[in-house]
This record gives sequence, structure tokens and C-alpha cells, in this order.
Amino acid sequence: MATITDPVVRAHKREVIEKAVLRFCGDSGDGMQITGSQFTNTVALYGNDLATFPDYPAEIRAPAGTLPGVSGFQIQFSSADVFTPGDSVDVLVAMNPAALRTNVKDLKRNGILIVNSDAFTDGDLRKADLTTNPLEDSSLDGYRLFPVGLERLTRTALQDLGLDAKSMDRCKNFFALGMCYWLYNRSMDLTYKWIEDKFKTKPLLVEANKLAMRAGYNYCEATEAFQVSYEIPPAKLVPGTYRNLSGNQALAIGFVAASQKAGLPLFLGSYPITPASDILHELSMYKNFGVMTFQAEDEIAAITSAIGAAYSGALALTTTSGPGMALKTEAMGLAVATELPLVICDIQRGGPSTGLPTKTEQADLLQAMFGRNSEAPIPVLAPSTPGDCFWVAVEACRIALKYMVPVIILSDGYLANGAEPWRIPKVDEVPGIKVKFATDPIGFHPYSRDPQTLARPWAIPGTKGLEHRIGGIEKQDVTGNINYEPLNHEKMVRLRAAKVEAVAQDIPDLVPAGDPDGDLLIVAWGSTYGAITAGMKTMRAKGHRIGHVHLRHLNPLARNLGEILGRYRHVLVPEMNLGQLLMLLRAKFLVDAQGYNKIQGQPFKQSEIEAKIEEILG
Amino acid sequence: MTTASIPVLTKKDFQTDQEVRWCPGCGDYAILSAVQSVFPELGIPREKFVVISGIGCSSRFPYYMNTFGFHTIHGRAPAVATGVKITHPELEVWVATGDGDSLAIGGNHTIHMLRRNVGIKVLMFNNKIYGLTKGQYSPTSEFGKKTKSTPFGTADRPFNPLGLVIGADTSFVARSVDVFQGHLKDTLKKAAAHRGSAYVEILQNCNIFNDGAWFDLTEKEARSEHVVQLEHGKPLIYGKNRDKGIRLNGMELEVVHLGNGNGLTEKDILVHDEHHPNPAYAYLLAQMEDKPGFPTPIGVLRSWDRDRYEDVMSKQIQDVIAKRGPGDLSKLLGAGDTWEVR
Repeated sequence: MATITDPVVRAHKREVIEKAVLRFCGDSGDGMQITGSQFTNTVALYGNDLATFPDYPAEIRAPAGTLPGVSGFQIQFSSADVFTPGDSVDVLVAMNPAALRTNVKDLKRNGILIVNSDAFTDGDLRKADLTTNPLEDSSLDGYRLFPVGLERLTRTALQDLGLDAKSMDRCKNFFALGMCYWLYNRSMDLTYKWIEDKFKTKPLLVEANKLAMRAGYNYCEATEAFQVSYEIPPAKLVPGTYRNLSGNQALAIGFVAASQKAGLPLFLGSYPITPASDILHELSMYKNFGVMTFQAEDEIAAITSAIGAAYSGALALTTTSGPGMALKTEAMGLAVATELPLVICDIQRGGPSTGLPTKTEQADLLQAMFGRNSEAPIPVLAPSTPGDCFWVAVEACRIALKYMVPVIILSDGYLANGAEPWRIPKVDEVPGIKVKFATDPIGFHPYSRDPQTLARPWAIPGTKGLEHRIGGIEKQDVTGNINYEPLNHEKMVRLRAAKVEAVAQDIPDLVPAGDPDGDLLIVAWGSTYGAITAGMKTMRAKGHRIGHVHLRHLNPLARNLGEILGRYRHVLVPEMNLGQLLMLLRAKFLVDAQGYNKIQGQPFKQSEIEAKIEEILG
Repeated sequence: MTTASIPVLTKKDFQTDQEVRWCPGCGDYAILSAVQSVFPELGIPREKFVVISGIGCSSRFPYYMNTFGFHTIHGRAPAVATGVKITHPELEVWVATGDGDSLAIGGNHTIHMLRRNVGIKVLMFNNKIYGLTKGQYSPTSEFGKKTKSTPFGTADRPFNPLGLVIGADTSFVARSVDVFQGHLKDTLKKAAAHRGSAYVEILQNCNIFNDGAWFDLTEKEARSEHVVQLEHGKPLIYGKNRDKGIRLNGMELEVVHLGNGNGLTEKDILVHDEHHPNPAYAYLLAQMEDKPGFPTPIGVLRSWDRDRYEDVMSKQIQDVIAKRGPGDLSKLLGAGDTWEVR
């Protein structure tokens, strides 16, 4: 292992600040997601609070240097609480003209702009539809522009390694990362370690990437390009041990935790789809927990294999995004009719149809609520932050197993790929999940019910004396025999609905964040949590009385929600759709709530929430 | 495992109290009876059997079998069954399906389940028509067939079901007939004994919407001339007087006559090898039913051993546990780079 130490000479000025927003952007082949993740892990380990926003195109490699091929990664890190990845950017690193052109509008006035000046040939400019060179035409005058020849400098740093030009150029993102580490006074040790691990079979690439990063760091040190570097002290988080966690990772380990707590093997049936596939990747690694991952031939086989696993006594799971949800519709109805425990994760993305595969949206709520033939109610849950995904995974499994129902989790692309520091819970903090299989043939009926939960018994194949038949055809209450009688059907429809309603007995009463009554109540769900929390904080500081309830349980709703709605003069429902929760609230509570809707494939900004509150309250 | 503790089961043990709701005279009754006769003979406790179906007349099957049963949704039985078999490889999982359920709406699941060699037995009732929806053509209906949905005849060519599943590298492929009870039971037992996927096409008469679809094979007069029974290690000879045989000529099969002075004897006739390593052999047999002048082969077309999906998956899990030790939740939660906040 090579030993490389940070340079010690520090002649420049160092300034302590509270927070910063940094964005890396470049071609989708430039390694921007890796660069961003490395920076994130380093600041996380240092103890800052943070939120990230990876934003990348659906195309794996759109033509290099073009506008559609631009990939970005944004992080806000701070010594105080962080709720969003930040509305605008303090430091923008742009690897080519296309990235510069699409991202520079988000850079703050007088913000730091680091540009790879080697990528501004006439050809590069043409690919970005630019007729003049922005590095020369004074269009960037409002920013602190630092043109850096990333390719030339990286090649110079690596010239003795004997790599070809292309391989050297592929290290330039680490040169840029080294610069950012210098700028924020961060140690490169964690990334050194990562590079060693990542390229352990290719020692030359280990050397090259480490050298490139160090060269970037030294470049800042030696040239005094920046007159000042910044320091952001650690945040005062709740004491504990932390790790950095993305929403999809959190869901995956949440399901493993639930399976351990329930004492059941975990089965995942899944078909790859953006942005849900990482859950499949993650769970496929946990074979030592007995996790069975089945990459099915399609979305339908993904859920129906999971139904088979649930029937056989596994903790069964299927993961997908909107188009896959559409395909699973009929099978969800089967899970409702057969009253089997199953967790369905929909990592929402922009739609309809293929829509915006890599962009975020919250427009599958009504699909989750009603997107099945006939009356087929399903409990619906939504996590609010990447780390919350863990707890929602456990809660969804608990409900599914206790009530013998399928449960839908609505996450989204923003939560799935975004990351935040997560306080690692002790195993005891994860609630236990009680499971009981039927074993006694005396008096056994497949559709008898627990009086409190209305759950039917879970009688799995292989249990002597409990041979019985279930299916999608309407069945007689208690016996489960095929039955088409009118009154029995109505009874069964009402029972299935009552069972889902019964879940509300476990939902704690909502307590609004902020003011318990007053001018405005914000009701929301899912990944809008951060922007609303941050925006509300600012507006309350201006003297408005504002409350915020963020719904984790969307079906059924907490029992005291109606009462809370009545305590405020206005009710605002911000959503990344055309008003789906709004429609449910208006229908259920006859409340004159108003929506605030953004459907751009991008999360709300804090400033947008603030402006909306300002508009309502004046 | 010993079988000493297993109580002796009878056909009656596999019958349910449910009223059987197939049309009187339907071929499904004969198949149900054969399965109910064979299951008790397999030496397996009743609670280990799971019968899974999709949608269609054939898919009512689980309700009439006193085992664990799951009547799922159209075409998806192989996928549901896969979930059962992966999580419980020790269960005996059987799928009852039809030509529409298995080859139209469920075609994708069928070929993928067979490709993976999940240890599931599929009984595909082929009556070449849609019965439950009252008489539309199916993917096995003959070209040009006039049905309710094709008053001027179909425009699409049918699947050869066994050719299709041989193409998916199915490890056990067989055909039998609803009314050939002895042969059917024998074929079911062979399927039961096979460890991997088994696909059994059962030619079945729908006396309401496609009566007589298989009369060419089943009528007493025609039977011996139109059916050749495949038996491993035995020549493909048929005919009332056992005077016809199948000969392999290059890449083609041909029907030849024996003992009519052409000098051909039994030695010239193709000897059936159900373990033939080349699937092309079984494919030639599968195609015979579509060739004018050829008899339809019944019996086991192909049987070979390969790893079952569920066994490979279990082994992977065991191997990883052996290598890394059983999962520790506390370590999983705290994995990766961590830091302390005090």
C-alpha cells in the first residue's frame, strides 16, 4: 500500500462557515456520482449533517459532451441541521460546456465556479449548442471563475505511470475531488481507502487515482488558486453512532431487520427497474441472513413469486417503480383476496408510462390507493427521509404480518438515491414482530378471524392436517369455500375494508411540528419533508403560526388528523403531483385545503415553500 | 428419511368435499381421477403436496384435491409455484394449467420456470380451445379453425407445446391422454420421480366447445394406427399389427412399413432414448404430431438431470453462511464507515 500524506504547508486564510452547497456536474461518463459519493462519505465521517441529490440522465452514455448526457451530484453539508440538498450552489464544478450550461443558473452570485478548461474546444462548445466560449465572453462575470486544465494537469501528474491517455483522463474527476477536499479542509484518507479497495486487482489504477486526487489537492496548495479555504465544524446531532445511508439502502437493511425480528426468511421477487434496482442489488448480498432474491422474468412474476413465498410462510417482498406497479395490479388484488402478508415497494419516478425514469415524482399515490379492480384496499406508507426508509420498511412488515395484508411503501427517486447521516439503532430499538403460524387442525378454518385485527390464520403448506384451498375467487367467510352469494360477497368486501381500517388502531396520534394551531397547517407526505421543514422554520421565525403534519401512514390515516385540520385557518398540501393527497383529504374531511404542486422531476426547494407560505399568509 | 411413519393413503384421502363443477363428460374428470390415484402411491405425506393453478377450466383442479391448494390468477401459476418451491424445496409442487393459461397469457412464466429447472410438475390440459370463456380459439387450435372469435377461421399457426418447452431446455417432457388411464398414471408417476421441472401435456377432450379434438388418437379403431408409445430403449413401432415404425433418415424421421417384403426389420427402427443428450432428437419427436401420415408419440420424450434452481440458490446461501458466518443484525446496521457523535 502506498503511503501518501497530506501536504502540511498551509499559508492561506481559513474561514469557518456554517454550511455549504457543492455540486459536481459533468458528462455521465465523467464519474460525477462517484465523486459526489466520495465527498459525501468524507464529510459525513467528519460529522457534518448533510443531504444529497444525485441527478443523472436515464441514458447510460448519451453522446459524450452533449446536454442530455449531463450528470450531477449536489450536497449540502453543515454544522447545523440540514433538511435539503440546498436551493442554490456555493461551489460548482463543471467538467465540460454542456454541464456548465445546464447547471450554472443554480450557482449563487459570486459563487465559486471550477471549470475544466481543457474541455472547451470549438467541438466541445458545439456539442453544448454554444456559439461563443463562455470562458471568454464575459457571461460568467458574476461568478468567481477558476478555469483549470484538468486533463493536462492530470496527465502531467500521471505521466510516469505509463498509462494511455484515455485511462489518465478518466482520473480527472479525482483531481477535481482533491481540489474540493483542499477547499473544505478535508482529509483524503477515506477516499484513498476506497480507491485501494475499488481497484484492488489493478494496482496501477490505485496509484493513478490517488495521484490525481493528491495532485488536485496540491495544485490548490501550491498555486494559491483560492485565497481562502473553508471549515465547517461537525454538527450537533443526537448522540450516537452514525453512518451515511441512502433511501434504497435503508429499505434493504430495514427488510433484513424485519425478517430477523420476525424470525422469518426474507424473499424478494423483483424485476430490475430504475430507481428501485438498488434494493435488489443490496439484498442479493445478504445471503448469510438467508435472504432469497429472485430476479423474475417480469414484474408480474416478481410479485406473484413473492405471493407464493408469502403463502409458504416467508416474509415476502417485491420492489418496483410506477410502470412495474401498473403491471403488478392484478396480483395485488390476489394478495388482497387471499389475505397474505406482502410488502410492495414503489420507488416513484416521473410518469406517465416510461416518463422520467431517473427523476423524482409523487404521482403514484392514487394508484397505490385505488389502482386495482373492484374494492381492494391496501395500507399505504411513505418514508419522509432516506434514513426514515429503514423504519418504514420495518413498520410495513409489521403491519403486513399482523393484519395478513399486502402493504405498499411509496418511496421516490429523490429518497432512493439521496443520502443522509443515519443514527445507527441498537438491535433492541427495532420493534419485535410477532408471527404465529396455525398448527392445530381442530376447528381450523382458513378464513376465520382474529377479533381484534380481523387477520385470518397463516396456515402454511407442509402443516399436517391443515390442507386447504385458497384463491382469487370470492370465498365464503370463515370456511374459505368458493361462494357467489350476494350477501356473502358484500360481507367479504366490508371485512377486507374493515381489516385495513383496523390498522389505524396502531397509528400514534399525529402531533404537528411547529405551532399546534394558528394560521396555516401544512399536510404532506414523502420526500417533501426536508424542504417543508426548512421553509416552515424560516417563516415561523418571521412570526407566522404554522404547523406541519407529515403523514407516514397514508392508508389508513391517523385517527386524529381530522381534528388537527380544524385548528388552523389555512391548510396547504404541497406535493410533486397534481394534488393527489389533496383530493383524498378534501374527500374524506370536506376541508378547504389548497394544493401546491410541482411536477418537474425535481424536489421542492426551500425557497419555493417559503414563497408559497408568504403568498397565503401575506 | 424413512417412509415407515407415513400412513398409507388412498385415493379417497385426496378427494375434497367440494362439488366438482366441470361439465358432465369433460376430460378433466379422468385427469383428476388419475392424479388422485397416483398421489397416494408416491409415499409422500399429504400435507407436502401443493397444487397451484391459474385460470381456466383446468385451473379449478386445486379445489378438488385435498392437499394444500392455490387457485391464482390467469397464467401466473408457474411464478407463484416458483415462490413456493424456492422457499420450501421439500414440498411437492404441482401446477394444473391449460393451453390458454400456460401457452398464451402464461407463456412467459412457463418458459422461464422450465429454463430455470425449478422442481415443479406442470400438467397442461390441452383441449385446443378456450372453454371457460366459451369457445374462442387457443394457441394450440389448428390453423384456420372457425371459432366464436374467428368465424372465418384463425389466421395464426398454433404452438407445438412440447416443441416449445423442449426449446426452453425442459428437463422432463412427456405427453399422455385423458382417456388412457393406465398410460396417464404411469406418466404422472414418472413425472413425480423426476427432480427438476416436468412438463406433461395431457390431451384432453372438451365435449362442449371442441368435442372430438383428439378422436383420431382416442377412438378404438384409430388408436393403434395414430399413436406410437415411447418407451425408453424400445423401437418406435406401432400399428394394429405392429407393422409400422419410425426410422431416422439423416435429419428427418420417416414412417416405414415392416415385413411387407421391403427387407426392413425391427433393427432398422429408431430406438427411443429419452436421455438423448441432443434436444434435437426430442424436438423431432415433438414435431411428429404436425406431420401428415405420422403417428402422435405419447410417453416421455425427454428426461435428463440438471441442477434445480432452488438447490443452487440454497447452496449459495449455505456457502455464504459457511464463509461469512450467519448474519449478525447489529453488524449489518453498523456496516460501512461510521462515526461517533457525543
